[in-house]
Amino acid sequence: MAKDTPPRWDRRMQQRLARGEAAALGELYDRFASLVHSLAHRVLDDDSAADLVTREVFGYIWENPDAYDPKQGNLRSWIARLTQRQAVHRLRQTEATAYAETGEGSAEELEQKVRRASVAARADYIVTSMPAPLRAALELAYFQRRDYRQTAADLGVTEDEARRRLRLGLQLLSTANTRPLEGSSPPGPGRAW
Amino acid sequence: MVSGANGDPEEVARAPRIPGPRWAADDHADLSASGAPPEVPVEPVEAEEPTRADEPARAAEPVPPSHGVLKSLLGAWALSACSAEETQAVEAHLTECAPCADEALRLRDAVGLLHAGRDLDLDPLLRSRVLENCLGRRPARIPVPAWACPYDAETARLDALLRDIGESEWHAPVRLKWFEGERPASRRTTVAGVIGHLMTVDGLVSTALGLDDPLGPGAGEASPTERTEAYWQGAEHPPTRGVREPWRDQSHTLIRTVSFAGRGVADLTVAYGGFALPMRDSLLERAFECWVHADDIANAVAYPYEPPSGAHLHDMIDLAARLLPAALAGRRRGGLAAPPRHLVAAGAPGRSLHLEVEGSGGGHWYIALDSPAAVASPDHAVAQVAMDGVEFCQLVAGHVPPEEAAAGKDGDREAIRDVLFAAASLSRL
Repeated sequence: MAKDTPPRWDRRMQQRLARGEAAALGELYDRFASLVHSLAHRVLDDDSAADLVTREVFGYIWENPDAYDPKQGNLRSWIARLTQRQAVHRLRQTEATAYAETGEGSAEELEQKVRRASVAARADYIVTSMPAPLRAALELAYFQRRDYRQTAADLGVTEDEARRRLRLGLQLLSTANTRPLEGSSPPGPGRAW
Repeated sequence: MVSGANGDPEEVARAPRIPGPRWAADDHADLSASGAPPEVPVEPVEAEEPTRADEPARAAEPVPPSHGVLKSLLGAWALSACSAEETQAVEAHLTECAPCADEALRLRDAVGLLHAGRDLDLDPLLRSRVLENCLGRRPARIPVPAWACPYDAETARLDALLRDIGESEWHAPVRLKWFEGERPASRRTTVAGVIGHLMTVDGLVSTALGLDDPLGPGAGEASPTERTEAYWQGAEHPPTRGVREPWRDQSHTLIRTVSFAGRGVADLTVAYGGFALPMRDSLLERAFECWVHADDIANAVAYPYEPPSGAHLHDMIDLAARLLPAALAGRRRGGLAAPPRHLVAAGAPGRSLHLEVEGSGGGHWYIALDSPAAVASPDHAVAQVAMDGVEFCQLVAGHVPPEEAAAGKDGDREAIRDVLFAAASLSRL
């Protein structure tokens, strides 16, 4: 990445995809598949459904590379939005089918489920995209159960700084509850997604 | 650090502005580092109390911590990552400070959104399914040549493994094993050292394509082993995870370059020092090495790792089978294999060994025994060897002693021994 800064990498990738270069498709997959799959899994909580969404998202990008507008943000966030949209779409379908078959559940319950899943996916995306020092502090305090003084020592920063990072990290994360993914403009034509 | 974050730092700075007590060492550190506008007017009040700013705020034991300090603790508090006294002080403060109470609630909710990552579960075979689906929907105008696909798939699988391993695992010891003459050989390195090895030998392919050599200009026609030794000894420090990116960049560049190069590139010669392979076989050989060493790495860090897909495994076995007659002839010249029984005219059928490979990627191959120029044929089979595809590859990689390989042997024992040893001799560092 030293030679290709993200915006440049994004634009070049878009050009290569538009040109129909299969090698570019492979590189795109290598860079974003785990993001796509984990976001889809967070919404759908099912491996094969997440596999399917991954297939659909990459299929859409490969067929519509021009749908990406670099002015609206980086490729990564665009792909995250596509994924979330497609995963939520699939969740609605699955739930609607289940409702039709069993008669269990209600429209409000479905909406609640969709909302919870969307917030969870946004939160995951925020965590993977936040500055690495903030993520590292949250990792230590939450997953490794270190207190902020130990976190400071582990990271080699002052205790003030450790407190600051934990607070800032959570502040960023809390925006998952209030806002859609950054720059959420409708991607591509008004199809099912 | 915070500027450039995806989550808007400005909004963060819009946190409640409660003018706090003046001695705000914390607030100052907080704000200057975040690049946000100060929440507390920065007046040169510290001049009146020169020692205060340097003192840790909590040293003032009898006085409750300042609002600024308490606010800075909210994140740690929400994560249950502060001391019991601090927790108490924060919670007492929340009963009397509405903005802090609001924020505390928000941050506590945010903690509930943290979630352990689950990268490990990405099915390595998903890649080919996803790409296949894409190319079915819109055919590539510039496809990856079929003979480069095993290399594409294997480098991607190894890269996915590398993404999942931790910092310390890059230094896990790995013992590389191969077969030399009549004996097994081995060499110790680390996970990062293995990637360096793959990168420098892939560099032979780069050089053949006129791309930059990872060893720099002048490495010339060194053999894979010489190149690897040069890399390991030339490095100032032991290799680290930093080697992943140049290795991956090079493999992506190779795939991209052969995709654009046109049909003739398949027959371009790749020189390996003592021998040479056409490009199509060379990339297949690199795919094989990539899998074998990925498996070494996976064993070293106790991760599961599957063999290649059946179609790719088949291509790899086919390459080894095609290389066997020449390897046999080489060993014969070195006195390591029995002399030919018959002189066979070039292009004429000669004594053959029937190699039957079972399982995924398997099939039937006939190996010419007397000369690489002879044509192998079922009618002239004098011996048969049956083994599993992965086991055969382990033999070719030098990981299984030839004496112990092969589930089923039938016919000329000398021919069988010579072929199994020749298969093992295809291995190297």
